Amino acid sequence: MNFVLLILIYTCLFSFMALGQNVITGYGGMLSLCQAGFYAIGSYSVAILTTKFSFGFWPALLVGVAVAVVVGILIGLPTLRLKGDYLAIATLGLGEIIRNVINNWQSLTNGPMGIQRIPMLSFFGYRINPYLNKAGFLLMLVVILTICALLVLRLSKTRIGRALEAVREDELAALSAGINSTVYKVLAFSIGAALASIGGGFYSVLTLSISPGTYTFMMSVIVLCMVVLGGMGNVLGVFLGALIIQIISYLPELLNLTNLIPPQLKEMLFGIILVVMMIFRPEGILGRSKRHKFERGGV
Amino acid sequence: MTLLETKNLTRAFGGVVAVNNVDFQCEKGEVTGLIGPNGAGKTTFFNDITGLDKPTCGRVIFDGEDITGLPPYRIARKGIARTFQNIRLFKELTVIENVLIGLHFKLGGNPRFVAGMRSFLFMGKEREEMVERAYRALDFLGMSDKANELAKNLPYGHQRELEIARALASDPKLIFLDEPAAGMNPNETASLVGLIRRIKDKGISIVLIEHDMKLVMTICDSIVVLNYGNKIASGTPEQVRSNPLVIRAYLGGEGND
Amino acid sequence: MVANVICPVRIAALHAPCRQGFFGIMASFFQHFINGITLGGVYALVALGYTMVYGILKFINFAHGDILMWGSYVGLFTYNAIRGSAGPGAFSIFAFFVAMLVSCVFCALLGMSVERVAYKPLRKAERLAPLLSAIGVSYFLSNAAQLLFGTQSRKMDYPFDNSPISFLSVSITPHQLMVLAVSAASMAFLIFFINKTKTGKAIRATSLDQDAAALMGINPDRIISVTFAIGSVFAAIAGMLVSLDIKIYATMGMMLGMKAFVAAVVGGIGDIAGAVLGGIMLGLLETFGIAVLHIPVGYKDSIAFVVLILILIVKPSGILGKNIREKV
Repeated sequence: MNFVLLILIYTCLFSFMALGQNVITGYGGMLSLCQAGFYAIGSYSVAILTTKFSFGFWPALLVGVAVAVVVGILIGLPTLRLKGDYLAIATLGLGEIIRNVINNWQSLTNGPMGIQRIPMLSFFGYRINPYLNKAGFLLMLVVILTICALLVLRLSKTRIGRALEAVREDELAALSAGINSTVYKVLAFSIGAALASIGGGFYSVLTLSISPGTYTFMMSVIVLCMVVLGGMGNVLGVFLGALIIQIISYLPELLNLTNLIPPQLKEMLFGIILVVMMIFRPEGILGRSKRHKFERGGV
Repeated sequence: MTLLETKNLTRAFGGVVAVNNVDFQCEKGEVTGLIGPNGAGKTTFFNDITGLDKPTCGRVIFDGEDITGLPPYRIARKGIARTFQNIRLFKELTVIENVLIGLHFKLGGNPRFVAGMRSFLFMGKEREEMVERAYRALDFLGMSDKANELAKNLPYGHQRELEIARALASDPKLIFLDEPAAGMNPNETASLVGLIRRIKDKGISIVLIEHDMKLVMTICDSIVVLNYGNKIASGTPEQVRSNPLVIRAYLGGEGND
Repeated sequence: MVANVICPVRIAALHAPCRQGFFGIMASFFQHFINGITLGGVYALVALGYTMVYGILKFINFAHGDILMWGSYVGLFTYNAIRGSAGPGAFSIFAFFVAMLVSCVFCALLGMSVERVAYKPLRKAERLAPLLSAIGVSYFLSNAAQLLFGTQSRKMDYPFDNSPISFLSVSITPHQLMVLAVSAASMAFLIFFINKTKTGKAIRATSLDQDAAALMGINPDRIISVTFAIGSVFAAIAGMLVSLDIKIYATMGMMLGMKAFVAAVVGGIGDIAGAVLGGIMLGLLETFGIAVLHIPVGYKDSIAFVVLILILIVKPSGILGKNIREKV
């Protein structure tokens, strides 16, 4: 039971990243490969601020989100002008630069050793011990994730989301229709960064000790895989994708077959999933959400 | 009154001069034709005015204001809308959403960011107003019944019309039509003529690139002819039709297609 | 994982003590120059693979680095099998080149199969699809290698005595000489092949306009296969060259591949001379960045991406690239 809860908790944490990826790639059509980098920014902000500067968890999380957004804007402005493939490499590089900085800025991040003894978080005065009270931790994550998902859904239905999708469909036509595409791309990128950063912050108070080895390029690929699998531009699809990938990830443990199934096999499976989905069902399991119907005289 | 004017507009790609020193004028409320053989630089000329491309030198003056080199979204907001030679719709969006994008900046308010946040927080009111305007733009093209279909599912002729609806949605002062009759059959072309007249009747000025000479000659108030990036003639349809340079460019001379 | 990647210059760098005076400065300049150009030669070889595929299919073959890694493993096993317990010397050098040949053949086949299975069905798909598929292939290949070959890294022994040769207090290792010679020869061959042979012309024609080339009787499927084969052969050669200096492990191709891609973009993607220029520039920038600008070694891998972002801001089409404008 505890193990199932843990899988669900990780599903939620990855869902934050995947939700962000969905805004960036699903709505905005930009292939960003650095969700793990923003996740790391959230994790380290919380870890550093709570251990070294005696911040509470929630203010630290806010700072983490702010840092991610600032980094997102600073990097987004020059790189988001790039087309698909270039952007993928540039963001991939950004993820590696973030890891490089974490590994090398010893005085702040403790380098490859990572940060231990991160204080647990309190939620409205309740201290949530991630070891003893997994259900509570999960419940809290579900609540916050739902709020974030609703905000993203709402965003997608307003003019902001529509403009973003127009930029994805045809940037030149959008520009000619009076849309400043850069603003919307940077906005989407920052929202994606912020969401990943929230996930990262919660990860720190789940494991209570973090190290740079977690936030690899592989993590970004898995997040991308989730969105592709569930269906780009579909918030429900994001959760479905995250859940399926997490279940596959822990399948050996769930079935008590860790001796028989080596971990690389499931990673290989992720690779196959990406290829097969692209060839046979590029829109993902659920596909893009149905368009909103606009009726005359009413909404 | 001159609505749009270019002075010495030039665009060179390396050594190739696509648009060479073109002085162009378009009067308010008129339909101005821009014709010339393939590769004459017509689309480049459009792009240089609408901001998708930056002219090498020269000026673009719109409504008394220098708009040379502004980004395309700023030029659009000044009241210049356009369509594209090869249709560029937002294919995965519905017909009405395409039109709503055309309206995007119109219902922005200032500052735009606040307006965006307001629409994020209180969706209802503003949207009703926008949807109504979008429907009116579709009514104009007679496409309201297809409002909630995906743009990519429309037949070709309707896709062209939708592009025009999107451009008209923001009530521009001037609209650029890049080969609107391309690929249309005679019936569709005939209804296009009616449409262009109705746009003109709304007081919107039109600049038209078109290869269909019959259409150009019937509908344009004045015509400018480009050949190899140079303006070789301008005037009323009659004047242009009898201009020997134009006849040579179209019927003979070197390097024709 | 990727922190300790690639430094064919490492050995020689140790032989570059602090020097003083004008002569000393010149000597250390040449030392860094040799180190940088050697590193750059490897980047250039890998970059050629990216640039050729991009030229024809307009997408990044994300799995290129992983093909290189597989080539290194296959080369390593062949090399060790032929060489047995022989020490450095002529026989080992022979074994090395045989292994390189085997690795080339293997990579060519692997590259072509990857194209056939994962990219060919997606030629008409929207832009992101082949890219995502390529990321999937890359992930598959690196994890398959980890599964088969284990997680610990392996070392390939030099087939010759690698003590540096000094000349006017500038030293160069035999390995560096080999890297320079082999990469120069490979590039010369490629330039000859592309410009003078019939297949080379067909490749150029296909990359200019696939449909027109097909109308002229060129079979695009075959040309695309050949392009992947050539790119993969270059990856194999580069893999064998670096494997003497760094350890071989399942994710070695990733950072090397990404940097090579950066090199291709910096030079102007799709342009063969650009890939060579970009590769050498990147090698020099990394070497001089650390040696002269004193960028901490830990940030070495970041240099490439900073360069990438800068070049894309200043000249998005790369140094030699032509401005490709979207047709409106």
